[in-house]
Amino acid sequence: MAYRQPVLETSPEVSDEIRRTTCYMCACRCGINVHMKSGPDGKKRVAYIEGNRDHPVNKGVLCAKGSAGIMQVNAPSRLRAPLKRVGPRGSGEFEEISWDEAMEIATGWLKPLREEAPEKLAFFTGRDQSQSFTGWWAQQFGTPNYAAHGGFCSVNMATAGIYTMGGAFWEFGQPDWDHTKLFLLFGVAEDHDSNPIKMGIGKIKARGARVIGVNPVRTGYNAAADDWIGITPGTDGLFILSLVHELMKAGKIDLDYLARYTNAPCLVAEAPGSAQHGLLLRDEGGKTLVIDRASGKLAPFDRPGVRPDLTATHEQDGVTYRPVLHLMADRYLSTDYAPETVAGRCGIPADKIRAVAAEIARVAFDEAFELDREWTDFRGETHKTMVGRPVSFHAMRGISAHANGFQSCRALHVLQILLGTVEVPGGFRFKPPYPKPSHIHPKPHCGVTPGAPLDGPHLGFVHGPEDLALRDDGSPARIDKAFTWENPMSAHGLMHMVISNAHAGDPYKIDTLFMYMANMAWNSSMNTKGVMEMLTDTDESGDYVIPRIIYSDAYSSEMVAYADLVLPDATYLERHDCISLLDRPICEADAMADAIRWPVIEPDRNVKGFQSVLIDLGVRLALPGLVSEDGSARYADYADYIVNHERKPGIGPLAGWRGDGTGAGRGAPNPEQLNRYIDNGGFFETHIPAEASYYKPWNAAYQDWAVSMGLFDSPQPYLFQLYVEPLRRFQLAAEGHGERQPPDHLRERIKTTMDPLPIWYETDQQGNEGFPVNALTQRPMAMYHSWGSQNAWLRQLHGHNPLYMPTRLMREHGLKDGDWARVSSPHGEITVPVMEMAALNDNTVWTWNAIGKRKGAWALEEDAPEATRGFLLNHLIHELLPPRGDGLRWANSDPITGQAAWFDLKVKIEKVAAPTESQPVFPPIKSPVGTGPKRLRWKVGK
Amino acid sequence: MTTLPESTDRKLGLVIDLDTCVGCHACVISCKGWNTENYGAPLSDQSPYGADPSGTFLNRVHSYEVQPEDGLAQLIHFPKSCLHCEDAPCVTVCPTGASYKRTEDGIVLVNESDCIGCGLCAWSCPYGARELDAAEGVMKKCTLCVDRIYNDNLPEEDRMPACVRTCPAGARHFGDLGDPDSAVSQLVAERGGLDLMPEQGTRPVNKYLPPRPKDRIAAEPRALEPVVEEATGFLGWLDRALDRLPGGGD
Repeated sequence: MAYRQPVLETSPEVSDEIRRTTCYMCACRCGINVHMKSGPDGKKRVAYIEGNRDHPVNKGVLCAKGSAGIMQVNAPSRLRAPLKRVGPRGSGEFEEISWDEAMEIATGWLKPLREEAPEKLAFFTGRDQSQSFTGWWAQQFGTPNYAAHGGFCSVNMATAGIYTMGGAFWEFGQPDWDHTKLFLLFGVAEDHDSNPIKMGIGKIKARGARVIGVNPVRTGYNAAADDWIGITPGTDGLFILSLVHELMKAGKIDLDYLARYTNAPCLVAEAPGSAQHGLLLRDEGGKTLVIDRASGKLAPFDRPGVRPDLTATHEQDGVTYRPVLHLMADRYLSTDYAPETVAGRCGIPADKIRAVAAEIARVAFDEAFELDREWTDFRGETHKTMVGRPVSFHAMRGISAHANGFQSCRALHVLQILLGTVEVPGGFRFKPPYPKPSHIHPKPHCGVTPGAPLDGPHLGFVHGPEDLALRDDGSPARIDKAFTWENPMSAHGLMHMVISNAHAGDPYKIDTLFMYMANMAWNSSMNTKGVMEMLTDTDESGDYVIPRIIYSDAYSSEMVAYADLVLPDATYLERHDCISLLDRPICEADAMADAIRWPVIEPDRNVKGFQSVLIDLGVRLALPGLVSEDGSARYADYADYIVNHERKPGIGPLAGWRGDGTGAGRGAPNPEQLNRYIDNGGFFETHIPAEASYYKPWNAAYQDWAVSMGLFDSPQPYLFQLYVEPLRRFQLAAEGHGERQPPDHLRERIKTTMDPLPIWYETDQQGNEGFPVNALTQRPMAMYHSWGSQNAWLRQLHGHNPLYMPTRLMREHGLKDGDWARVSSPHGEITVPVMEMAALNDNTVWTWNAIGKRKGAWALEEDAPEATRGFLLNHLIHELLPPRGDGLRWANSDPITGQAAWFDLKVKIEKVAAPTESQPVFPPIKSPVGTGPKRLRWKVGK
Repeated sequence: MTTLPESTDRKLGLVIDLDTCVGCHACVISCKGWNTENYGAPLSDQSPYGADPSGTFLNRVHSYEVQPEDGLAQLIHFPKSCLHCEDAPCVTVCPTGASYKRTEDGIVLVNESDCIGCGLCAWSCPYGARELDAAEGVMKKCTLCVDRIYNDNLPEEDRMPACVRTCPAGARHFGDLGDPDSAVSQLVAERGGLDLMPEQGTRPVNKYLPPRPKDRIAAEPRALEPVVEEATGFLGWLDRALDRLPGGGD
């Protein structure tokens, strides 16, 4: 019998139309092709989402979250209309109201505040991707109380990077994936640079090059890594400084690079007790001085022809000045940092530390190579080639979210610089508008005038005590106490302190808490139960202690229940957005790029994009910049703002197709701009000239290009800051110098922690006695904070989050898979299911972040595993450290930046009988959207 | 009972690199998305927002911990879908002829209009690679995106399975494993590609590239030599080292 098989249609229509926009399933902002098909009713619907091959971020690939976007835009959890609270706060009892009523309520609340006391509005915008707009809006309102979520995310990494070298990882820069031969990956946040890192690891592995993972947990990238270093949490800085010790001791540092491009040759005053001690020698114009090797004389660092000397010391007015590199040798050659000394604390054998250092040195120096590409530096010297040191690094929250995180991140940046592997082929490369040193960023502003805008941008970089956000009486100007002596360099604000400070009325009482996209009543807060209580607490007259709460979200999150007024946002496929160079860029090391979102579908509910709502509200409040002189709206909506707003003449939210359509970076507003973006796939990209592609901080061609693109107004070459002088200025204040003085109880801490050279210190262990085990969370690759659980496809991948425990602790506690344990910290306890994991640091437990859900949220049924067996570690983490008995409460934050120290958590484990559900259990909240369907059978096409 | 073709013109299949797979599930969801909208009935989900969500997936990623006798524990991510076996037991067991293997490319498919949902094929597959869709009552399986790979409506560069196109780490490769000169065959040869469970005698077309040996950095103890014995001699070394740099000593 002849073999018979059916005839197949192998060329079916894929879709009626592809609409290209930008993903928002996490923070990476990949390009997506949204395939549209007409349904039986003839209406076009989203049928399929894939990566956009032309897009600079993802180049066609797409992660699980991105492909599951279709299940996000049809999720039953989507809010449907503005909501006004009718039951008690936290109950979830609302009535749907019209937008007119919602806007009238908001205007009625905010208008008197602006006229009398703008600081009584606290506006914090969570995982906002429009911070250059929301921050500008808050500035027009006049409140000093604005920030997004960086303070509880990775501000240590970003801030340490900016102060050290003008940028950090992810949005600031990336490994030179095409040339690197050794890649070291420290603790990551999976939603930061997710697809690019996977693509990079794939490239490196295809070349057979080595990947080393440094992480207490061997999952994901660390599972794929060739070598795994299961470090003890919170000791990354110590490990890195031990590598520095080994490399310096062996002379495996790039002296030529250090002399030319860093402040290693800059001269530090040795004048103990004086107000000069530890400051850098400068000329009258404030420029740092070096000693020129040719003349032996002082010269400004950037004078043409100068060859800075790394060794010579200088005497002046009885003071000895020593190069920064001398100070580094004194510190890091000490046996304090020898592998044998740190091995036990880090949980890494000394031999392994030495082997890693040797491998780094071998690749950096023995596998150095040259690109045949001529370039000219800022001193006017032309170099025939570009020298590559093919070692690269990436790190994020894992080393950042500790109370010693700023200095650990500094240590990592300094390690890269000592190797001469930043902005060279094979190393780490900045993405425009970075590199951008701290001194050309804004400083923080907090000058409030009722009825008028704030005196400048809220967030920025301080360079000494004079830049702190303090009132005349020395009290904090901001509700989150950012830029105060408690955390002077809090460049992203402290969103995690807003609710507790507002509840305590410390430093002052506020009236309206206005939040966007931040699930503060659940997984985005430390001390979740306490925060819920603060949000619902009443005073003696029965009024809420935090009088008013406005919240905007697209979905029925736990936080919605705690708002008095809910402004429902559109989903990411239903709205305009602008991924701006003024904000958090999506550039590549070889290109400047930005992108938009546009409504590829129209909302089928009574919801509006939050930014357009904010524009409407700004008009109703008659905010400067949002209304014309006659009081009429300057921008009809956010799309109109994106096109027509100018931050300064010729510079607006989007860089592409400005003016007559040919302008890049600079040019007048172009009414056709959004259409040009849509035609181009939702993004704009322009490439950096080849001779400008490396050595960017010092490369004259890059600096000129950056000016032509509007990134700077004039060339800004600078030196990498191995020694961060602004830190020293705070130490000097703590030593008693200068007008602005810290409170006495903070002096010692400032002296110790704000060291101008990287240090490692043990985080505060007060109260941790009896809690010996480190506890961490990490984000699954297929989920973005709490959003994933409402997604029918993604929750089938990660619907459960046991507490993973190392074999040693499982045995010690007589536990087996499926048993339950009580996990307690000095702050609280939870009871949760456990599972053994061998590939784990043997004194660390961990779970997936934000899988646990409160009953009633996210349109899940109340018996969903996320709500019955899921749990949060947040209940164990307080925003304050346990009392020390000094009458003061100390924040559970980095003392330099205020970054939430999530990963300093210590716990103890006890086996318990299985409860019916994970503990603690909270009463269900009433869902404003009901629950989802019992079955899905999704097909759009006919 | 259904017969298999005596031979196929090509042997299209996947090569999955277990050294590079980071376990991100991008392939799982991309597959779910494409095959929900395309080939046959949509992939349904039961209790999608409830206690026991359970949907049809044609490709899943499993993770296994491996504890070497000597050395650090490892975690292996293991994506699994139909392996398009040459001796596919799921075809020969099919009572209606719905399951079949294509002669031109070797892809194993289910003709849904002939499928009675009896489940014999899923029972016979040693890999657990077939799933009965609970809503439609027909057997679903990886089609190797037969409606993509020849699709004239797609740009040529996209004529590959959705899972391969989306894989961020580049851990999935598609091609003709019957052609020893194809890129995938070469990759299998270079990297020692393996059959999954060869003892089952199914002769799978898909191949797996094994993880490279891990944790070798400390195996050959190496340490850097100090430039000077005493830490205090570092500055003297620095002077000498600087003299050796280009432009030094002048």
